[in-house]
Amino acid sequence: MSLTTMSYLVVGASFALYIGIALWSRARSTGDFYIAGKGVGPIANGMATAADWMSAASFISMAGLIAFLGYDGSVYLMGWTGGYVLLALLLAPYLRKFGKFTVPEFIGERYYSQTARVVAVICLIFISFTYVAGQMRGVGIVFSRFLSVDIETGLIVGMAVVFFYAVLGGMKGITYTQVAQYCVLIFAYTVPAVFISLQVTGVALPQLAFGGTVTDGLSLLQKLDAVVTELGFTAYTDGSKSTIDVFFITAALMVGTAGLPHVLVRFFTVPRVRDARASAGWALLFIAILYTTAPAVAALARYNLTETIQHGVVGEVSANLEYAQRPDWFKTWEGTGLLVFDDKNGDGRIQYYNDRNTEFAVRAESFGWRGNELTVDQDIMVLANPEIAGLPDWVIALVAAGAVAAALSTAAGLLLVISAAVSHDVLKGVLMPNISERAELRAGRVSAAAAILLAGYLGYDPPGFVAQVVAFAFGLAAASLFPVILLGIFSTRLNREGAIAGMITGLVFTLGYIIYFKGVFVAPMAENVAANWWFGISPEGIGAFGMLLNLAVATVVSRLTAPPPPHVVELVQRIRVPRDAPRGTVQST
Amino acid sequence: MDRSNYWRANLRVVAVCLTIWFVVSFGCGVLWVDWLNTIEIRGVKLGFWFAQQGSIYVFLGLIVYYVVRMNAMDREHGVDED
Repeated sequence: MSLTTMSYLVVGASFALYIGIALWSRARSTGDFYIAGKGVGPIANGMATAADWMSAASFISMAGLIAFLGYDGSVYLMGWTGGYVLLALLLAPYLRKFGKFTVPEFIGERYYSQTARVVAVICLIFISFTYVAGQMRGVGIVFSRFLSVDIETGLIVGMAVVFFYAVLGGMKGITYTQVAQYCVLIFAYTVPAVFISLQVTGVALPQLAFGGTVTDGLSLLQKLDAVVTELGFTAYTDGSKSTIDVFFITAALMVGTAGLPHVLVRFFTVPRVRDARASAGWALLFIAILYTTAPAVAALARYNLTETIQHGVVGEVSANLEYAQRPDWFKTWEGTGLLVFDDKNGDGRIQYYNDRNTEFAVRAESFGWRGNELTVDQDIMVLANPEIAGLPDWVIALVAAGAVAAALSTAAGLLLVISAAVSHDVLKGVLMPNISERAELRAGRVSAAAAILLAGYLGYDPPGFVAQVVAFAFGLAAASLFPVILLGIFSTRLNREGAIAGMITGLVFTLGYIIYFKGVFVAPMAENVAANWWFGISPEGIGAFGMLLNLAVATVVSRLTAPPPPHVVELVQRIRVPRDAPRGTVQST
Repeated sequence: MDRSNYWRANLRVVAVCLTIWFVVSFGCGVLWVDWLNTIEIRGVKLGFWFAQQGSIYVFLGLIVYYVVRMNAMDREHGVDED
């Protein structure tokens, strides 16, 4: 059986499973549609959160990104897991106790203001749409590589599947398909990792591969440091970003994670406050399985790649791989344009080194090298892994199904919070408060369908800025939503004026800084280099600064204006405690 | 009043956990990484390990501790949901 047929079978079977689950778990009320009727157990919610959270970027791109960044890649590992500590300790249990449907609804009630609710909806829609476009694009890429169809066809099939279970099943359908998607994606990620780790280091557990012995008694990391520095690259365990930038990017990703609406809403779906706490723990456990495997995959992939191209002493002619002798996986990926060889010195051999290192360039010149000849797209590191390790076709097909699962589960979660914001916050909350439940459910389905179409369009024809701003969704979430939710729980003094001023300041400042250096819609106003950045903080990390600004503005403005009314103070007191009236006292309400 | 005692106890647990959270990630993984990298265990630099794997294990441990501690505290203060 050919790889393509095998991929069709495996991906097709996973789709059949998702659709089957959707039929079984149809949403019958708005409660089902928005928050799965608050009936999801903590383990299932943990898995669903993990799948919801781990996107195409986590599955396909992250390990490759780390492979080329080395230590600097740690910002993604710490940033995208550390946020769960903030979620579990500072937000999840209290939002569950609040017990309504959406994040803007919490902001609207806590700050007794429709304006605050609408500002929150705007932040939410901006964050979610930039994020979802990247997911649809990921689905398209996987389809085009593994199922030999155009990116467009892949997109349409992906949209149709999400349409089916998100529109029909709402949050209930999404939750149980996400549980299935988690199982598919984690299996697909860890199986090739275990094999590669065994082949290279002799250690079966990828989590321990760093210390596994490679050759000459050196550990994987020691050997990798030696191999890459010989080619003029920065040592793998060293970074080139400044400490302050690493600090701020990590902070922005952590806080942004805790402020993402599609993750927050998952904690509304469990029966009790204690289940919300527990599901944050389960979610991080399920995420950590992938996130502690990824750095090993990254180091192994970088080592494999470098050793394949440069298999002997640097400088000896025969030590560089002959292009004609390149392995099969190399040819496959050349076909996609994600791996490009350009024989600059015309010797028929591949030279892969850091030609921007001026010191090393002198040596390279003396070898007769005329510049780096290999361009590797980070995205292929995970996707090509099973082929590099020579694993059977069914494993490769599984990786395709895993990548699609990662992209679809995140896309569905995002689409649902967008539709809930439209039908519940804007339509029922502001425009038509008297709308019947049936009509609201229908509106929810229609807006989910519309959001899917728009997301598909953005994935098909991403305006230049989408790819750039996906990473900034975190900065915006960190600077806009997180601080007002946090203070809404931990301060009884924060009022409407403070929250609105804080959200707007955080959003405008962060967006402004990003546009200034990255040029979204307009040309960048300054070159995006460290010398121009404020305090050396890159646009990727500025969300953490925006968050501090939001906290400061919100606090100062609140002090200068009237305190919140008593019923709001009582609301805050109530969400802080799992049970309304302590045992042994008379229940008053 | 018991509700505010419960809240103060909760804040203490949160403060302890977040201090550890900060120390392992921003401390060991970022600020003191070069210093910790001088220590090598089984061929792995300690600072690098904290930044790429160790901090994640500690995060997980922190949430587990928080969940167990808070569930016990809910019962002590009579505010558990059962």
